[in-house]
Amino acid sequence: MFEKIILKNIDDPHTASITGYMAVGGYKALEQAVGELTPRDIIDEIKSSGLRGRGGAGFPTGMKWQFASLDPKFPKYLVCNADEGEPGTFKDRPILEHNPHLLIEGMIISAYALQSTRGYIYLRGEYPHAKKVLERAIEEALAKGYLGNDILSKHFRFNITVHSGAGAYICGEETALLDSLEGRRGQPRLKPPFPVNSGLWGKPTIVNNVETFANIPYIVSHGAKAYSSIGVKDCPGPKLFSVSGRVNKPGVYELPMGISLREIIYNHCGGIKDGGALKGVIPGGISTPIIAPENIDCPMDYVHLPKYGSMLGSGAVIVFDDSVCIVKVYERAMKFFEHESCGKCTPCREGTAWMRAILERIERGDASERDLETLHDVAENVAGKTFCPLGDGAAGVLLAAMKIFREEFEYHIKNKRCKAQ
Amino acid sequence: MPQVTADRLRLLRTTVCDLMGLYASRQGVLLPSLSAAEEIFGFVSPEAIEEVSSVTGVPTAEIRGVATFYAMYKTKPMGRHIIQLCTNVSCMIEGAYDLVAYLEEKYGLTPGGTTSDGRFSLIIMECIGACGTAPAMILDTDSYDNLTKDRLDTVLENYK
Ligand code: SF4
Ligand code: FES
Repeated sequence: MFEKIILKNIDDPHTASITGYMAVGGYKALEQAVGELTPRDIIDEIKSSGLRGRGGAGFPTGMKWQFASLDPKFPKYLVCNADEGEPGTFKDRPILEHNPHLLIEGMIISAYALQSTRGYIYLRGEYPHAKKVLERAIEEALAKGYLGNDILSKHFRFNITVHSGAGAYICGEETALLDSLEGRRGQPRLKPPFPVNSGLWGKPTIVNNVETFANIPYIVSHGAKAYSSIGVKDCPGPKLFSVSGRVNKPGVYELPMGISLREIIYNHCGGIKDGGALKGVIPGGISTPIIAPENIDCPMDYVHLPKYGSMLGSGAVIVFDDSVCIVKVYERAMKFFEHESCGKCTPCREGTAWMRAILERIERGDASERDLETLHDVAENVAGKTFCPLGDGAAGVLLAAMKIFREEFEYHIKNKRCKAQ
Repeated sequence: MPQVTADRLRLLRTTVCDLMGLYASRQGVLLPSLSAAEEIFGFVSPEAIEEVSSVTGVPTAEIRGVATFYAMYKTKPMGRHIIQLCTNVSCMIEGAYDLVAYLEEKYGLTPGGTTSDGRFSLIIMECIGACGTAPAMILDTDSYDNLTKDRLDTVLENYK
């Protein structure tokens, strides 16, 4: 039986407060880290745990930390990306609202390892409740001496500020997030230099996702070995999956990395709603390519999903049954991409609008055969030609859907209506 | 909607000054300052932008650019209560557009608009992280999910 690490105490209402959190062993890992380990020890442990960032890109966390720690510039900033804005994603929300100290403890240990004195939690504006919970938790940690100017009387200083975003999806991209933290329009920056060397205000900056930080206390207290025994080779550890759409039991699940979509849908989420037939699954949020039903045995991790033409992304599984119109799904998705395009580069800014307009025509029943060709053409000319992954993702997911559900797009054009309804 | 008074402007000014200590640049305070302006005046008013500009030294045009880039800042006066309803994919397949149609039919409320009595404004959202309990909305700062037309009616009753 798989033992949960991150959501272990999530249903216990007391863990939101510091006393409840400490009653289940909270802040022990921090005491151990600061009392017994050097920053170098911690970075080595995280490296050998094999932990990969849980925000979407899956970059090895220990390596990222090492890059930042080797940079001689100070101060170093620590930023928690709590902007989960990818439609379908709500995996970090339980941590933010019910177990805020797990995140805060993870951040303090990370700050110690990186010798950072300043941290920010970039929280999505759509989570007003989480803001209150986090601010209270920070007050509590300050009062107990886990945060502040002399943490655990070890001359270690670290403070955290909660910074609310204001509804810009692109700010989930780490360099756009940094621009936003600096008080500007959140637009992606050219890389290199990478944030680990030149991030917030030009200083070395580590940006990690909420879930990534939530893994840190366990790795420190139980060791890299225990951690890497969970999950699969190359992608160890547990993963949070947020499941929505046409399943009987949607919700957030903590499961070992590498579990199959089939197991998630049928063993954990109670199968398809109302006895419908599975039509397709988006495995990692709407910017990850859709997967056909025959491929749902693929392991859910950063290594295997690309072999099936998709990506793990944020682990946001959206399930469609045969009542769902795929054209409508992608019309709505493209509206989203158009709305969220930051406007910096032409292929994305114009391409998403153009693709949305054609999809709308198909959906309305006003499209001709040629429109499908044009749509394909536009998508191919946007894919791979944009400044950041947003435009690329928008075109890529559409191309994947048009390939798998080609017949459905054609039916729509010919019959001026949907096959599903 | 709260009037622009000298008192309120002063409150904004002290809030912005307090925020200054948390960021390494003056411009860094812009986002929390705009949120504060919204809380004080109900929307990001031109006077508020002037005030933030005079404290931070950031030109008003730049502040307006920032304010309009982010979807959540209200740059015009809004109704007493703000309904932020998600219609993105997970909510859509669970019937969010039926709710949009219902809000128009029963309350005369269209996306981006305000009811004639100034009670509600409607904003269409691009996912509010409640996809597992779709369709969902935020009303002022409260979250509601698993919405149906009936449930929508019951909830709205409580916001006069
Ligand atoms: S791809 Fe889109 S979101 Fe990314 S930089 Fe270009 S315009 Fe902005
Ligand atoms: S899609 Fe509606 S809350 Fe996420």
